[in-house]
Amino acid sequence: MIKITAKPIDVQKVIDTASSLGAGAVNVFIGTVRDNAHHKNVRWLEYEAYEAMAVAEIRMIIEEAAHRWKLLGWAVSHRIGTLKPGEVAVVVAVSTSHRLQSFEACQFIIDAIKAKVPIWKKEVFEGGEEWVSANPQMMMHQN
Amino acid sequence: MPAVKVKLKIFGIAHDIMGGREIFVDVCGQTVGELRASLLKDYPKLRDLNSLLIAVNQAYASDTILIKETDEIAIIPPVSGG
Repeated sequence: MIKITAKPIDVQKVIDTASSLGAGAVNVFIGTVRDNAHHKNVRWLEYEAYEAMAVAEIRMIIEEAAHRWKLLGWAVSHRIGTLKPGEVAVVVAVSTSHRLQSFEACQFIIDAIKAKVPIWKKEVFEGGEEWVSANPQMMMHQN
Repeated sequence: MPAVKVKLKIFGIAHDIMGGREIFVDVCGQTVGELRASLLKDYPKLRDLNSLLIAVNQAYASDTILIKETDEIAIIPPVSGG
């Protein structure tokens, strides 16, 4: 399952989809919205995605992980739209025979998603907003 | 070769800079690299970004790829998913 959704993520469904009777381990990464960044209070995040390409890129990442760590099951769900602090932005779940593979695969997948997948987030602060990682220094737009 | 207008899908900070989520540009036998160069010239603020990648038909494209009339082109500023 690879899902890009504007609705709140059903974390248990992601876990259940990734689970496998042959697995001794299910590893789950849950990315949540922090209430602070750059010493400022985050009011909310806005996520957008190039959905068709994001799914294709996530699929390639999963294929690599499945090959390298012999995944028995996997599932990824990424939210888009407006998210408040505490909300779940992304869930990655994998299952493997033994636990070491599950830790490594899960980390690989979320790291690769953050590096490659065409999804963008904008932090909205009191009195400003910023597209994350867009510029070498912060490019603040004053509200 | 006649001028061909291709639709660019613009994402993230790039749509703030370029003033729209979809822009039509003339690509007369241009490569991806030539398209990037012309965007950087027309929208100088794009030069301040950490990166500006271009996707053709939903895959990252190298600079030497030739753009065709039927291609789906996307402007990919630095990604920040997850």
